[in-house]
Amino acid sequence: MENVLLQHPENEIQETAELSESTSESPADSVFHKFFLEVSSITMFTLRFFKEVLKPPYEFKELMNQSFQIGYKSLPLVAITGFIIGLVLTIQSRPTLAKFGAVSWLPGMVAVSLVREIGPVICALIFAGKVGSGIGAELASMNVTEQIDAMQVSGTNPFKYLVVTRVLSSTLMLPLLAVFADAVGLLGSFVGVNLNGHVSAFLFSSQIFQSLDFRDLFPAFIKTFFFGFAIGLVGSYKGYYSNKGTEGVGKAANSAVVFASLMVFIIDMIAVQMTSLFQN
Amino acid sequence: MTAAATHRKAEDENKKNGSVVVKMEHLKKSFGNNRVLRNIDLAIHKGENLVILGKSGTGKSVLIKCIVGLVDYDEGKLEILGEDVAELKEKALGELRKKIGFLFQSGALYDSMSVRENLEFPLRRQSHSISKEQMDSLVKEALQNVGLSDAIDRAPSALSGGMRKRLGLARTLILKPEIMLYDEPTTGLDPITSKEISGLILEIQNKYDTSSVIITHDIECAKLTANRIIVLKDGTFAAEGTYSELEKSADAWVRSFFE
Repeated sequence: MENVLLQHPENEIQETAELSESTSESPADSVFHKFFLEVSSITMFTLRFFKEVLKPPYEFKELMNQSFQIGYKSLPLVAITGFIIGLVLTIQSRPTLAKFGAVSWLPGMVAVSLVREIGPVICALIFAGKVGSGIGAELASMNVTEQIDAMQVSGTNPFKYLVVTRVLSSTLMLPLLAVFADAVGLLGSFVGVNLNGHVSAFLFSSQIFQSLDFRDLFPAFIKTFFFGFAIGLVGSYKGYYSNKGTEGVGKAANSAVVFASLMVFIIDMIAVQMTSLFQN
Repeated sequence: MTAAATHRKAEDENKKNGSVVVKMEHLKKSFGNNRVLRNIDLAIHKGENLVILGKSGTGKSVLIKCIVGLVDYDEGKLEILGEDVAELKEKALGELRKKIGFLFQSGALYDSMSVRENLEFPLRRQSHSISKEQMDSLVKEALQNVGLSDAIDRAPSALSGGMRKRLGLARTLILKPEIMLYDEPTTGLDPITSKEISGLILEIQNKYDTSSVIITHDIECAKLTANRIIVLKDGTFAAEGTYSELEKSADAWVRSFFE
């Protein structure tokens, strides 16, 4: 039976999983089976996202709402984290640079570290913790209380309404938050530099602009789109296909953070390799 | 036989003779090795209230979820309002789904929205051209129908179990469905509220001439609402008839539901 009112790819996977339980598989086979089922499931989920994102009608209102919830409401946390990272990085780096008589390089070094790597990655990890777990828990809770089913029967495409909007919002909001985190981090660095001496804002900013160029800014900015996409997608996937029951909500939130954080590091590693490849 | 019972019997006969809105032929559904529905043949008539009884895990919810499309059936034929579901394209299926209402066991209210927004949501989704005034009027009418006019600006979390069920019902009815599916509408409610919900189901049937399938364990609810009862056992129909017929069934297992 192919043409039915609603399609739920996970149903097929669950059914296959149930079938596999009845056959005599070794534990290693079972682990591989589950791994490949999970990989195929998340691949299908990603492909479905790209299919649904292009297909009208578009959920602009919900996209704006999610961007507000995901982006604007994350600003205070990102600001505090960014400021502390900038401040601490400056204070910790000063003694090492002082040994070589290179304290004047401090603003430039901190700026390059922050903008290239630390700002985007720390911001993405904070984002995974706050937004990834939030999306996972929210969708899992909606799944448990049959709210997703209720949307389906009322003629709404829940994937488009819930998943596409959240993934798009996190993809678009994380780059903005990362730029904001970089800016606040540099402010923290300015405060850190001035804790042990006096450097004017003009001198500080001119040293930063001298040390940064397009090759520092562009790859760092681009990779945050991928971070945001991965966090939104993982959170949505874990929540949308969570197990029924309250335990499923906790598991979805937890695994969303763990898996999304792991994805951030993997994407970062790939991005750094690709950047090095193009720059050499 | 009392006058009311005679009237009910006559009404039941009318329902039986009415047009078929849902027709299942040899419907089958399995989850892995677990055969949940085995060769189900069923016809639900226009304006009829069909109650499905059965022990937990016998496939009652799966049956109505097949009708609304939340669960895919494996084999057989399903016709809804004269259309073969298997032959419909996605858009046509979406249109068909608009004619089916589903009351979930938990109410399935959207927690992040107020009572008003819960009711506005399906309206906004299905009719983009609806004005604010029309929407307000429909929301107020739906809440009035279920006796929840005072709760319009409250959050679902602030409502009692019975109120949540009634709100779920209002949200479903606001789209004026032709077929209503109730998944254990009185589970977890006290006897008085259960009776109120059963009364609402009857009221809806009379007011909107809807055809309903009611999954329940509540025998009082079945007694109040059913034109016809089907008892499901191991994925097949074990018995079918009116309440009074099944109450006196020769099968002790069937009779045990009514004791």
